[in-house]
Amino acid sequence: MAEVLANFSNIMIPVIIFYIVAHGVINRVQVYEEFVGGAKEGIRTVAQILPTLVGLMVGVGVLRASGFMEFLGKMLGRLTAEIGIPADIVPLILVKMFSSSAATGLVLDIFKTHGTDSYIGMLTSILMSCTETIFYTMSVYFLAAKVSKTRYTLAGALLSMAAGLAASVVLAGMM
Amino acid sequence: MLNYIWAFMILAGVVFAAFTGNMGAVTDAALSSAGEAVSLCITMAGVMALWMGLMKIAERSGLVAGLALRIQPFLSFMFPRIPREHEARKYIATNFIANILGLGWACTPAGLKAMEALAGLERERGNPAYLEEGPGDGLKNAPRKVPRTASREMCTFLILNTSSLQLIPVNMIVYRTQYGSVNPAAVIAPAILATLFSTVVAIIFCKIMDKKP
Repeated sequence: MAEVLANFSNIMIPVIIFYIVAHGVINRVQVYEEFVGGAKEGIRTVAQILPTLVGLMVGVGVLRASGFMEFLGKMLGRLTAEIGIPADIVPLILVKMFSSSAATGLVLDIFKTHGTDSYIGMLTSILMSCTETIFYTMSVYFLAAKVSKTRYTLAGALLSMAAGLAASVVLAGMM
Repeated sequence: MLNYIWAFMILAGVVFAAFTGNMGAVTDAALSSAGEAVSLCITMAGVMALWMGLMKIAERSGLVAGLALRIQPFLSFMFPRIPREHEARKYIATNFIANILGLGWACTPAGLKAMEALAGLERERGNPAYLEEGPGDGLKNAPRKVPRTASREMCTFLILNTSSLQLIPVNMIVYRTQYGSVNPAAVIAPAILATLFSTVVAIIFCKIMDKKP
């Protein structure tokens, strides 16, 4: 199973690149010029998030170095370790509901401490790939429609996040 | 939101460090983290440029529009009460496709447009809360604000959005590369499975809630 997953992961990117470029050539797109234009936008996006990333990585760095993270993780981790969720993942799950970039700061911290290919590293990678910033998305989108009563939206969002978490624990255990 | 989170991280960190005697470590962390953010962005710039370049081609060649057309049956299934020609469908389709392809910058504008269109749909249905101004109370002639309740379509749209639809976790691959992963792309297959699972759970939940009166 793990081998099948790894093989599939490896061929995905080349297949996607081939498909997109081939589709572009067939439809007579100036593929190279468009690519460069898009790449320019990509660089601009990264340049724009640099200040945010500096702020957040400093924030997480300070919080971790102070020993607070360890303290919080130990408190909550005792409860969650039983179901395969290590202490370091607990703050990550909480923060991810509010801010993707703040969660990124924590992710990088976990990668630094535990490595990317350990159980914790893999769990973090999968978890971050299958969850969204519930509260941020809800507040921005509902604001656009001026809606104040959100009915069962939060319940559904939390349920699907729990499903993603469960799937991540199982899959990371298999890798 | 981020204001509170960030302030909490900094303030709680410094106070906690003062009590536990970790002030030296906090100084190191603050300075080295700032430098790390810059080196991460340098790694990320390459991959992001590659991905956005490819997506630009996909946009120009009509691949993205074609995909949006292909998910129409899915939209009819999830949103049976949105009329076929309604503009909300177009924005929802664009938002879902952008989400699936991981085009973060394209998701939010389409998503906001979709929410506005769904609010417009409620107005067309004659929902009083969605009229430009609430009905006046007659006496003072002042429009009364009626709190708007989310429509079923809005709930479904948001639950699917928050269930994560992104297929290829480009960011995660970049971060894994930066921190020395032997196989950064190893996350793709399990990420797709986990995303599918969380989305299927969201779909079932929405369908059950949709059946309720």
